[in-house]
Amino acid sequence: MSVLPYLIAGWIFLVGCYGLATSRHLVHAVGCLTVCQSSTYVLLLAVGYRDGGTAPVFSDVTPGSRPLVDPVVQALTLTDVVVGATVTALLLALVIQVAKRHGTVDPDELSELRG
Amino acid sequence: MNHLLPLVVALPLLGAAALVAAGRRLPRVAAETIGCAVAAATAVLAVVLLVHASPDAVEWVGGWQPKGGEGVGIVLVGDAAGTGLAALVSVLVVAVLAYSWHYFDEPPQRHAGSFPALVLLFQAGMCGFALTGDLFNAFVFFELMSVVAYALTGYRVEEARAVQGALTFGVVNSLGAYATLTGIVLLYARTGELGMRQIGQRLDAHGGPDALVLAAFALVLTGLLVKAAAAPFHFWLPDAHAVAPTPVCMLLSGVMVELGVYGAWRVYATVFAGPGGIPAADAERALAVLGVLTALVGAVMCWQQRHIKRLLAFSTVAHTGLFLVGIGLLKPEATGGVAMYVLSHAGAKAALFACTGILLDRYGSVDEHELHGRARELRLVAALFVIGGLALAGLAPFGTGLGKAVVEEAGGGGFTVLFVAVSALTAGAVLRVAARVFFGLGPKPLGDPPNETKGEDEEPETRGRIGRVPGTMIAVPALLLAGSLAAGLVPALSTAVGRGFGAEAGRAPHWTLSGVLLALASAVLAAGLAAAAVRGPARREPYRWTQPLRRLHSGHIGDYVAWLLAGTALLGALALPGVLTG
Repeated sequence: MSVLPYLIAGWIFLVGCYGLATSRHLVHAVGCLTVCQSSTYVLLLAVGYRDGGTAPVFSDVTPGSRPLVDPVVQALTLTDVVVGATVTALLLALVIQVAKRHGTVDPDELSELRG
Repeated sequence: MNHLLPLVVALPLLGAAALVAAGRRLPRVAAETIGCAVAAATAVLAVVLLVHASPDAVEWVGGWQPKGGEGVGIVLVGDAAGTGLAALVSVLVVAVLAYSWHYFDEPPQRHAGSFPALVLLFQAGMCGFALTGDLFNAFVFFELMSVVAYALTGYRVEEARAVQGALTFGVVNSLGAYATLTGIVLLYARTGELGMRQIGQRLDAHGGPDALVLAAFALVLTGLLVKAAAAPFHFWLPDAHAVAPTPVCMLLSGVMVELGVYGAWRVYATVFAGPGGIPAADAERALAVLGVLTALVGAVMCWQQRHIKRLLAFSTVAHTGLFLVGIGLLKPEATGGVAMYVLSHAGAKAALFACTGILLDRYGSVDEHELHGRARELRLVAALFVIGGLALAGLAPFGTGLGKAVVEEAGGGGFTVLFVAVSALTAGAVLRVAARVFFGLGPKPLGDPPNETKGEDEEPETRGRIGRVPGTMIAVPALLLAGSLAAGLVPALSTAVGRGFGAEAGRAPHWTLSGVLLALASAVLAAGLAAAAVRGPARREPYRWTQPLRRLHSGHIGDYVAWLLAGTALLGALALPGVLTG
């Protein structure tokens, strides 16, 4: 098992954070948050991967005859996707309201709450 | 008895589902009654479970017991800390639903059930987080309560500031949650387990800590400390509290933030405390440094605010810092003291927010300077506000004072000074507000400095401005303060808290002479600070030297994300020495 997927996961997380920190558009910022989250999918699937393993579906595999990839992380990834979809949808809805009420989606121009 | 544990989460979920399904057809009274009834039933259930709590009470959901030491099921833990927090959450939810009974802004057309349904979902998320013994499930419940909290914060979507605060809250907390998930995956990669206790056992079997354990520690704690609003992760909290509806603030400040502290304590104690985890000295250093930083930043910023909700929000930040210091001592008696402190703080802080809500609905403002002397006729509210401020200072019979005294005794000299100073400063700010707003003392402050959030021209949360204060809105803060007082007065309660956290008999939280004197000292100091501020020259706050600190709270999402990353790095650096030598 190579170390490459782990490095990629870390890279995706940091790229997403960089995008969030420098974003000039709120939709872009929410997109960057989703990028950060994709790194967790990559990491989860990399953790469960087995060399030469097959999908954990037992209908045509004799148990014990071949290595299987870890089904637990796949379940976790699915849960993670569902959670992420909820968060993204809610945040995008809030962005729409920000655009309506403030007339801008540039975080630099939202300065009512400070100090 | 343990079979009832999942019901604490399932009951509010079912109630919320029923309200969502039937809310369109129900009149408002029916929807709110259902909400209150379900929340109260959950509270009773949680209290019953608390009475039967034991450290070994676990429930494998669906009967998926571990086989041969390997578990794939989901575990709920019914110990005193978890069930106690679930009970506190549920009681506060009942109080919040009673407080917003009929008063809260006209719900959207034909959606009478939406607000109680969201509050019940929030309750389910928080109770689940308190009871879970499974790290991935903790993440899921964490996200459930977070998403509902974003929605509740931005509940008044027609208001510009509300949606902005909710968006900041959402982005920062979600990023923290993904950091936590990354840490959880690293732990799963090492141990192949998701139950906290099971992960801890496997880590210990693996040997001493290494880089992976350190990374997992820093990442998992990042998300929990974002929720707990520890500096430098705290920036979202004042923005969210300033804009959220008052009943929601009561829940956010009263229990949600404390759940982050609880999560940090639980994860450290069950996962990382063993020989395979982070050594105790490093965990103490990490938690104490962040706690002291949080307490100081929160107290200084709290003193400077004129927006009353923001002031209370920064007071919550300061107190969270004290809680973190308390759990960072890693002594059972200090943790028991923190539990007393959290219990009583929830009542006092929620009561203060409730009183602020009355001001908002009556005068359409939460600005200390604009309200100067205008609330003279609200005598009862004034009395409650002052009592709440004294409770926050830790005056003697209140549970806050008891918890504070116990942690001070466990921590020693330097921590005592910190605890007294921070509680006096935050309570002094509350008393200053009371003196100016309710009694009209002192000259009206002048000046309009930049970099400041004022609280003028806020929309009231009721249908219109209220003329007479409804009975429920007065009764709820009064009862909450009574509960806060009772927490310090009932010896059976403090004994039970001590037993729940494993303090030996005789070391359970109890009043001592020095504790009473310190409690009185911080209350007197708070009153003195408030008097000095009111009687001083017309404009003393904000102080010039705090300008850089105030400018850090810029309201910009990008800045807050950068601070979050810096905080994670700081957390890793603070825990690094033990891993290098271990």
